[in-house]
Amino acid sequence: MPVAAAPRTPHAPDADDVPQRKLYRSADGRMLGGVARGLAGHLGLPVGWVRLAFLLLFMWGDGLGVLLYAAFWVFVPLGVGGRTGHRSFFETLPDGTRRVRKPDRGQITALIALFIGAGIFISKVQLGGASGRYVWPTLLVGAGVVLVWRQADNARRAHWSTAAERRGRLFQVARALAGVVLVGVGLTVFIVVRGSAAQLGNVLTATLAVLVGVALLAGPWLIRMTQDLSEERLMRIRAQERAEVAAHVHDSVLHTLTLIQRNAEDVSEVRRLARAQERELRNWLYKPEGTGKEEAEEPATLAEAVKKTAAEVEDHHGVPIEVVVVGDCPLDERLAAQIQAAREAMVNAAKYGGEGGPVQVYAEVEGQTVFVSVRDRGPGFDIDAVPGDRMGVRESIIGRMQRNGGTARLRSAPDGGTEVELEMERAANTG
Amino acid sequence: MTEAGENAGAAETRRVRVVLVDDHRMFRTGVQAEIGETDRTGVEVVGEAADVDQAVTVITATRPEVVLLDVHLPGGGGVEVLRRCAPLMAAAVNPVRFLALSVSDAAEDVIGVIRGGARGYVTKTITGTDLVDSVFRVQDGDAVFSPRLAGFVLDAFASTDAPPVDEDLDRLTQREREVLRLIARGYAYKEIAKQLFISVKTVESHVSAVLRKLQLSNRHELTRWATARRLV
Repeated sequence: MPVAAAPRTPHAPDADDVPQRKLYRSADGRMLGGVARGLAGHLGLPVGWVRLAFLLLFMWGDGLGVLLYAAFWVFVPLGVGGRTGHRSFFETLPDGTRRVRKPDRGQITALIALFIGAGIFISKVQLGGASGRYVWPTLLVGAGVVLVWRQADNARRAHWSTAAERRGRLFQVARALAGVVLVGVGLTVFIVVRGSAAQLGNVLTATLAVLVGVALLAGPWLIRMTQDLSEERLMRIRAQERAEVAAHVHDSVLHTLTLIQRNAEDVSEVRRLARAQERELRNWLYKPEGTGKEEAEEPATLAEAVKKTAAEVEDHHGVPIEVVVVGDCPLDERLAAQIQAAREAMVNAAKYGGEGGPVQVYAEVEGQTVFVSVRDRGPGFDIDAVPGDRMGVRESIIGRMQRNGGTARLRSAPDGGTEVELEMERAANTG
Repeated sequence: MTEAGENAGAAETRRVRVVLVDDHRMFRTGVQAEIGETDRTGVEVVGEAADVDQAVTVITATRPEVVLLDVHLPGGGGVEVLRRCAPLMAAAVNPVRFLALSVSDAAEDVIGVIRGGARGYVTKTITGTDLVDSVFRVQDGDAVFSPRLAGFVLDAFASTDAPPVDEDLDRLTQREREVLRLIARGYAYKEIAKQLFISVKTVESHVSAVLRKLQLSNRHELTRWATARRLV
C-alpha cells in the first residue's frame, strides 16, 4: 500500500527533539506504518517531502515505492515519536454522549490521495487481463499482512503506554482475525485461480497434513525452548538479587569493617560503627520494604519516630540504645513534642549514664495514652541539686511535656541509674 | 543480676550441664570460652551440635539440663529441634530445658520458639554473666524474658481485642502485665520485685505464668496477630 502525501502541518521539529538520531518508525502522528515520519525525523526533512517522494516513487517507479515502504515497515522498529495521546474514532462530548470524531483535514487529504493512488495503480495493470488474475489475490494478501503488522505495532506501543491504551480487546482480536482471513482468502484464490476448484479439497488436506506434521516435529522443541527461556529468566533474576546483596554487603558491611580495623584502638568509635551497621543490616534483612538506608523523610508513626530518634542518638554518642515498642499509632503534634522530650532524655542518659550499660527505651501505646520511658544505669543524679541555670531537664523535658498537656517524671531507678517517664494523651481527633 | 533468693547460697556448688546448638563454630567456641569455665561459672558444656539431626542425637545421648538453642539451623531450625525433643522436655525426671539464643530478634522467630517450648529467649548480644544467670534460671524451671521478648508478648496480648473464649486462660492479669512491662523497660527481676514490693519468687512465677499462657493456649489472638503482620 502506498503512503499518500498530504499537506499537513509539519511536525518535523518533534522528531528533531530526539537527541539520538536512530532510525525508527514513528508511533505518533503517522498515517500507515510511521515510516515516512520516522525517516523524516532521521533525515531532518519535513515529513511531507518524504511522503511525496514515496508517492512519486510509487507512481513512476512501477511500484518501487510500495516495496521500499514495505521493507522499511518490516525491518525498522517502532519508536516513540513526539506526539502523544491516542486518537479514537469516537470522542466524548461534554454532555457525555459519544459521537464519531470529525476526521481532520490531513486525514481526509490522505484518504483522497490514497484512492487516487489506488486508481492509478489499478488502471496501470489491466485487471481483466491474464495478469489481472493474480492482482486481486495479491492485494488481498497484502492487505492482510498490513493489518497483522499494524497489530504488532500496537502490541509494542502498549509497552510504552499501558494505561493510555485501553482500546477494546475485542477490536484488536477482530482486526488480527480479519488480517488472517484476508491472507487466507488471498492464498486460496491464488490456488483456485491457478488450478481448478476441484483440486481445492486435496490441496487443503495436504496443507493440513503438512501443518500437523510441522507442529508434531517442532512442538516439543518449541515447548522446551519456552521452558529454557523462562528458566533462564529466573536464573537471571536470582543472579540480579545476589548481585544486589553482594553490593549491599560491599557498600556497608565491608566499609564498616575497614573503618573498624582502622579505628581498632578507639573502643567507643568501634562500638558506634558496629551498632550502626548492625541496625542497618537488621533493617535490611527483616524489613521487606526496607532499603537499609536511613530514609530521609520524616517518620509517620510513633514506633518509627522512636526508633529513628534512638538510632540518631546512638550514632551521635556511641552508646547502645535498646528500643522496645509496644503498639503503634500515627504521630500527631503532641506526640512529636513527646518524642522531642524523649530525645533529650536519651541524650542525657547517653552522656551521663552510658557507662553502666545500654540505655533502655520503652514506648507503649495503650488506648489514648502514650507512655515512653528512658532508663540508664549510670550514677544517677538529683534534680534538686542541679543548678537553676541548667535548663536541659527542666525545660526540654519537663517543661515541654507540660506545655503540651503531658506529664514527665524523673526518678532514680531501684538499682541505680535514672529513669525518665513521659506520658501523653493523644490528640482527640486522631483517635 | 545474681541468683534468685534461696539458691544464692548454693551457687558455688551448683553444676549445670549444657549442650550448645549453633551452626557457627566460631560462636560455639566463643560461648565455650565465655561460660564454659566450670570452676568459675558452674556451667559445663557437655556437647555441641551444628544442625538439627546432630542436635537431637547429642541431646538424647547426653541428657543435659539446659540446651542453648540457635533459632536458625540447617535442617529445619530450632523449632524442629524442639518438636523432636518434646518427650525429653516432658520427662518427669531431669527434664531437658531449652533456652533460645539467637542473633535474630524478629517477632516470628521469638514467638515461634517460645511456643515450641523454649523456656526463654535471649539475643547473642547478651553478656557472659547474664547468660550464665539465665541458664541457671532456666534450669530452675523459670522463664527468661529479654526486654524485646517482653515487648513482643505485650504487643501480642495488647493489640487485639480478643474474643471472649477461655478468657481466664488467655488474658494476662494486671500483675503479669505490670511485670512484663517492667521487663520490657529493662528491669532485672530483682529490681521488679523491689519496685512492685513483691518477692523475686513472685516475679518469677508471674513470668512463668505468662510463658505458660503463651505456650499452652491455643490462641486465636496470637494467630490473628501473626496473620495480620504476615508472620505466618
